[in-house]
Amino acid sequence: MKKIEAIIKPFKLDDVKDALNGLGITGMTISEVKGYGRQKGHKEMYRGAEYQVDFNPKIKIELVVRAEMVDKIVNAIRESALSGKIGDGKIFVLPVEEVVRVRTGERGEAAI
Amino acid sequence: MNPSAINAGDTAFMMIAAALVMFMTPGLALFYGGLVRSKNVLSTVVQSFFSLGVIGLMWVLYGYSIAFGPDMGGVIGNLSWAFLDGVGLEPSSTYATTVPHIVFCAFQLMFASITPALITGAFAERIKFSGFLLFTVLWTTFVYLPVCHWVWAADGWLLKLGALDFAGGTVIHLNSGMAALVAAIFIGKRKGYGRDSFLPHSLGMSVLGAGILWFGWFGFNAGSAGAANGVAGSAFFVTHIAAAAAMVSWVGAEWLLHGKPTALGAASGAVAGLVAITPASGFVGPMSAIIIGLVAGVLCYLAISLKSKFKYDDALDVVAVHGCGGTWGAIATGLFASKAINSAGADGLFFGNPKLVVIQLVGVLVTFAYSGILTWLILKITDKAVGFRVSEEDESVGLDLSQHNEVGYNL
Repeated sequence: MKKIEAIIKPFKLDDVKDALNGLGITGMTISEVKGYGRQKGHKEMYRGAEYQVDFNPKIKIELVVRAEMVDKIVNAIRESALSGKIGDGKIFVLPVEEVVRVRTGERGEAAI
Repeated sequence: MNPSAINAGDTAFMMIAAALVMFMTPGLALFYGGLVRSKNVLSTVVQSFFSLGVIGLMWVLYGYSIAFGPDMGGVIGNLSWAFLDGVGLEPSSTYATTVPHIVFCAFQLMFASITPALITGAFAERIKFSGFLLFTVLWTTFVYLPVCHWVWAADGWLLKLGALDFAGGTVIHLNSGMAALVAAIFIGKRKGYGRDSFLPHSLGMSVLGAGILWFGWFGFNAGSAGAANGVAGSAFFVTHIAAAAAMVSWVGAEWLLHGKPTALGAASGAVAGLVAITPASGFVGPMSAIIIGLVAGVLCYLAISLKSKFKYDDALDVVAVHGCGGTWGAIATGLFASKAINSAGADGLFFGNPKLVVIQLVGVLVTFAYSGILTWLILKITDKAVGFRVSEEDESVGLDLSQHNEVGYNL
């Protein structure tokens, strides 16, 4: 089992969600986050005064999947989140030790 | 005075105008409130709003009498109208003579209420509420009331000199603008100024506030005619035109110089135009109003950069918008005033009377000096008595929590 964490541009969320739904995933969690990578922040202008805003708004998607699905899902996220411009985000893949479904107590892949 | 001298139309008009001017103070609260960080929204809003409370009481006790009561040497009114003694249902023989005296008194109260509220933009995000309150009471007593008397009381020395200030360019805007400059320097910069970002937390709120100010300003300027007459109608119209022109020129200037037109620029430009037309509103025609507005938008926009050049933290740009706009308006009145619009006024430079500009400049400079010096003294006294600035910790936490034990947003 693997956990996939993807940081993407907020306006790409619907594209990514649609692409993942087509792959038969069973769920995902998203959160609104702020951060920067190579893109750095952005500038805002108020009454002619320029402010450097260090953290850009991003969406973080988290989902846990069976190991053999990882490649397919990572590719789908990459393709659907791509705008080609700096700031498109990153995808992380992490090992997962255990999954428990709260309602039934099922464990492991059955609980995903 | 015979009560039958009351004119129903004038009276209805002046009561509506007074209510319109009252509405500007909560409008200002929204305009300022949107410009600060979310942790300071309530403190900023309540400083404007509370002016309606404290000035209302002062006005009855002694404020109206000192501003408009029987004259002492052209400088100040005496206390014979304290507790509004003799100010009642019958018209005054001097002020707005066709409406009940109490209605004129109410109209003037709304002006007195918004003026100290304007200053609060300079020390926003770092002021103690008690400091604000004492400052507001002292400043209104020792700066607003005398200057108001000089310019608007029948025997005020600036009025007698021939200075024109239809609706408060000198009394309200350059007066509060100068006080704002002194207060911003006195209180010092906000913590983290120059390093942290001070991003406005809700510009939609600010634009709504500017819209309410604009709406109320019709009462401010047209009502200053004191009656529902032709001058009031003219003032009403040029008020709108100057705001329109200044909005366009401010946005144009920032678009040219910084590449993007902004919503805050549109709102600020409109307010700058309203400020600038205020002293001139009863004396100029629509074409003059366009020029006054266009210049105001660009001038006030450029004046914003003064604070970074001279290193003071005028948090919400009171100096640039009200100080600079009010000064331009006072001078512009000396340029564009025309007896063809208002026979009770005077002709300005462009209508063959250069002397008026000189008189207007005297008014500007004397008010600068008086307001500047007195404001400094009042700040010193306030600071000694109750403290003016919050502790560093209170400032970090935000004034809403540290001064009021409440927060603006529970999401």
